[in-house]
Amino acid sequence: MVMSASAETVRPVIRLRGRSYVAFVFSPVVPIADWLSELDATLKGSPGFFVGKPIVLDLSAVDLSPLAITHLIKSIESRNIRVLGLEGVEQARLSLGMPPLLSGGRHCAVQEIEPEKPQLQQPTSLLLDQPVRSGQSIVFPDGDVTVLGAVSSGAEIVAGGSIHVYGALRGRAMAGINGNSAARIYCQKIEAELVAIDGYYQTAEQIDAALRGRAAQARLEGHSMKIVALN
Amino acid sequence: MAKVLVVTSGKGGVGKTTTTAAMGAALAQAGEKVVVVDFDVGLRNLDLVLGAERRVVFDLINVVHGVAKLPQALIRDKRLENLWLLPASQTKDKDALTEDGVGRVITELRKTFDWVVCDSPAGIERGAMLAMRYADEAIIVTNPEVSSVRDSDRIIGMLDSKTVRAENGERVEKHILITRYDPGRAARGEMLSIDDVLEILATPLLGIVPESQDVLRASNVGCPVTLNSPASAPARAYHDAMRRLLGEEVEMQIPSERKGLMNLLLGRRAA
Repeated sequence: MVMSASAETVRPVIRLRGRSYVAFVFSPVVPIADWLSELDATLKGSPGFFVGKPIVLDLSAVDLSPLAITHLIKSIESRNIRVLGLEGVEQARLSLGMPPLLSGGRHCAVQEIEPEKPQLQQPTSLLLDQPVRSGQSIVFPDGDVTVLGAVSSGAEIVAGGSIHVYGALRGRAMAGINGNSAARIYCQKIEAELVAIDGYYQTAEQIDAALRGRAAQARLEGHSMKIVALN
Repeated sequence: MAKVLVVTSGKGGVGKTTTTAAMGAALAQAGEKVVVVDFDVGLRNLDLVLGAERRVVFDLINVVHGVAKLPQALIRDKRLENLWLLPASQTKDKDALTEDGVGRVITELRKTFDWVVCDSPAGIERGAMLAMRYADEAIIVTNPEVSSVRDSDRIIGMLDSKTVRAENGERVEKHILITRYDPGRAARGEMLSIDDVLEILATPLLGIVPESQDVLRASNVGCPVTLNSPASAPARAYHDAMRRLLGEEVEMQIPSERKGLMNLLLGRRAA
């Protein structure tokens, strides 16, 4: 590869980045021989558990000579466990070729982190399986409202989305209140006092008399409300 | 099992008190042990319609406040030994009722009676709420006219949300009773039809009581219409309604106009 001679393009070849990892910590206790045999018993129960998982050796609970430390590391490595670093011991006791001294480790609970599931979008609709009586006001700004019965005169439904009435709509229906001009109002029998979508409304007097009592749909066309029969 | 039945309407003047008295008497005649409770505190009418106004010593408020014991306040009807009255107070105002107090009285009444029939005051205020609060069943009295039907609709909404049963996720069983039905005016289209009323209210029909002078006459002599003139059309309508309430299948009679000679001669001018 030909390197460019110009000075500007020279960049540091080595880039340093910080990253933190979770590591298991072994804390041997005296007598070391007993501790090792206990480790063996654990390994017997699940031989593959430490494979590929480097560990940190915490020597704060024991007082070992440099020779003993070397011996301990060897013993652990002979069991196919790799020692990533040492902890809890003075630098002076370590010799070259030993794993580096680590400090500042933080406690953490090791847990399996489940792959995050994509958050399911909650369906935003409100279903009312009883008639909406006069004097009742149903406000649902988050989505559609479906009424299986009638909406009595003197009752009102306010929805962020569309409104579906599988009975007679005699009260008020206000759809798309959050500025949703695509919202619509459907009903099995239109006898409404008022229908409104995104602020545009028609009162009972403005609704075509020929539509009265029929199944109808109301929607916005630009700035005007259209109410048409559903056959 | 004791049942608490509230007779309610929303609008005034539709015949709640008449209906409470008539249904209470009809149930008592059928052998049920009945107490009618007047919740219309401050006005007090049920004792008049039952002809017990001179026998009121203690009333519902006294019992709620612990001034009197329940048996002291209960008035036994002179004609029907199964019928009792718990009258309202005319001197106290309607705020004298408390939810707890009413609850205690109703619980106590449930122990002794088969039916506790509560006559609700009109409107949607506290008195009406307390009357329906502990109800198991409700009769919504409606006249075939738009204002009455709309107010009934409102009351049904409250029965579905503000009662103890509703709050426990249960249902108050609801019945529509159409009163003051005038077949002649209905035929001329001057009244809402039965079908219209039922379509708007979407609640089962318990009965249709025709408008009749017999009702007024019975009220004025202080006797429930079902006792005073049992053969009259309204008395028969109330009896049928009572039987439906008890679970019997009774064919619905829609009152029709009787064309007598005088009606034929004068009918045109009568309107």
